Amino acid sequence: MIASAAEAETPLSAPLNVGFDYTRSVGPILGRFVNGLRERRIEGIRGSDGRVHVPPVEYDPVTAAPLCEFVSVGTEGTVVSWSWMAEPLEGQPLQRAFAWALILLDGADTALLHAVDAGTPEKIHTGQRVRVRWADEPVGHIRDIAYFVAADAPEDSEPSPVPPPVAKREDRAPVSMVITPVHLSYQHSVSAEESRYLRGLAEGKLIGQRCPACEKVYIPPRGACPTDGVPTSEEVELPDTGIVTTFCIVNVPFLGQRIKPPYVAAYILLDGADIAFLHLVLGCDAADVRMGLRVRAAWKPRDEWWTTLENIDHFEPTGEPDVPYESFANHL
Amino acid sequence: MADVAIVGFAQAPNVRATPGTTNGVEMLVPIFAEVFERTGLSKKDIGFWCSGSSDYLAGRAFSFIAAVDAIGAFPPIHESHVEMDAAWALYEAWLKIRMGEVDTALVYGFGKSSAGHLRRVLALQLDPYLVAPLWPDSVSIAGIQARLGIDAGLWSEKDLAEVAARSRADAVRNPHAQLSGHVEVTDLLDAPFVADPLRAHDIAPITDGAAAIVLASAERARDLVERPAVIAGIEHRVDSPVLGARDLTRSPSTEAAGRAIGVDGVEVAELHAPFTHQELILREALGLDDQVRINPSGGVLVGNPMFAAGLARIGEAATQILTGQARKTLAHATSGPALQQNLVCVMETRD
Repeated sequence: MIASAAEAETPLSAPLNVGFDYTRSVGPILGRFVNGLRERRIEGIRGSDGRVHVPPVEYDPVTAAPLCEFVSVGTEGTVVSWSWMAEPLEGQPLQRAFAWALILLDGADTALLHAVDAGTPEKIHTGQRVRVRWADEPVGHIRDIAYFVAADAPEDSEPSPVPPPVAKREDRAPVSMVITPVHLSYQHSVSAEESRYLRGLAEGKLIGQRCPACEKVYIPPRGACPTDGVPTSEEVELPDTGIVTTFCIVNVPFLGQRIKPPYVAAYILLDGADIAFLHLVLGCDAADVRMGLRVRAAWKPRDEWWTTLENIDHFEPTGEPDVPYESFANHL
Repeated sequence: MADVAIVGFAQAPNVRATPGTTNGVEMLVPIFAEVFERTGLSKKDIGFWCSGSSDYLAGRAFSFIAAVDAIGAFPPIHESHVEMDAAWALYEAWLKIRMGEVDTALVYGFGKSSAGHLRRVLALQLDPYLVAPLWPDSVSIAGIQARLGIDAGLWSEKDLAEVAARSRADAVRNPHAQLSGHVEVTDLLDAPFVADPLRAHDIAPITDGAAAIVLASAERARDLVERPAVIAGIEHRVDSPVLGARDLTRSPSTEAAGRAIGVDGVEVAELHAPFTHQELILREALGLDDQVRINPSGGVLVGNPMFAAGLARIGEAATQILTGQARKTLAHATSGPALQQNLVCVMETRD
């Protein structure tokens, strides 16, 4: 059977890289801390029990009282504990082997988590004295502390890592926002059923599957029928003709738009399918698109086909009479 | 208020990588069928559905919505989700039944850690202002925690290797385990460090997996299975997110949760300890002595599906009661860095 052949094929997958610059307002407590870093000073805050918290906390962790008494602490301190990072990960403070450490700065009662440029694990120990290696260009961000080095290490002359982006602000205004770029990489997989569909598209075929329980034909087919919770199974090759069930006329320009407005985005229900999918209707005036309009796929040239529905450039009217509303009322 | 019991548990095989999607559908469809078969229930009988998963792990927004396809959510269902381990989804479902809103619930968790880079993804659960921008990874933070205990004389590297060896030996009888086998402690200690002071055996593997549990009011449960695992108590507590302000060699939140329930008489405990030293911290926090059988499944050191592993601990501990092997068991689940947030659940048989 075709279904078992589908199972034998490895599902398609592709790299997926997502990124976003998280922009956060710092408020009065963290704001004072990051503005201090910009001037190469470190300030903690005194808690309800007299302990000095570094970095400062906005509320006491025990009593929840709002805190406000800032206390300057040293830029040297003592390693409380550490672990060795033999192969640094993207984004970490150093891109050569280093130690992660909890560091108790002189005058502080809580430890700061940061990196220590120790070279080898033999050159770091609990109780070791370390000092801040400042970024060459502090911007008001935790990464103004580039990393720590042994307290007695010579000044290093190599440039510090590139600083994070800075939010726009008035001239001489204090830093009120911090920006942290986050980039993550995934290997994104589609289901076995979707893989059949995508491989079909690469050959110019529209492959749907029927749910064994409700017998609806899905295109794309599904790892689980949303109505019945079972994978779709029996394969159904569908024609490239169908109808517009519902549509909208896009009049608003947006970032990344590839067609000049106005144009029509419509739900297309292929003949023999039970689930419509979203596509474009071109080849006629936007004002002439109607619910029930008969349409046919306009394929891109064969040499541009791959595993994507974009092989169909758009749908366009066939010129046949519209179908009555009752025939697709259940598919809206 | 109604007592609540666990009446069914199923889990997907714990594996390093599945070919499936990050919405977990391929792992969930078979285990839903399994719990329905064990309880004689069908989806129409479930009053409330609750899941635990993470979009950061999946690399896509609203991945838990796509997972709902596995249920077959028509007619529309009563559903909720937590962006946490599904043990906390179970807590939400427990409340629903306690309040008499529903008398059955199905709780599930899933995670495909293999899709992304788990150590980096977990950095994003840290304070986003001053800590996450440094990208401290989960293994490095655990290494700092382990060394604090070594330096304080609370445990040794050998103690940690013994936890790993026992876990893998127990996993020989666990068909779902990712790692298992009989290993010598001395051999484990000969292995190189992954994140000094941690070696590979100290660190839970990266795992794809899913788990599902069916809950019912104690009254309804009697009609479904012979020996329901009645929840005698379930509590969760959280410690400060500031790593440098905590005593990382202890788990005050676990202590508080355990104290609030009372753990006397527990015969078996399934502890969610993704690092060997964390098992020792948890045993101390819960006051579990040598009489208590720890992690007969092998625990998460032999398979750690993110967002499902804590729920699976509850499932494993419940199974001890459902199968008549024990009369009172404990399960623990954790969330966050270095055992920041902890849930404790005690189950018992009622004659």
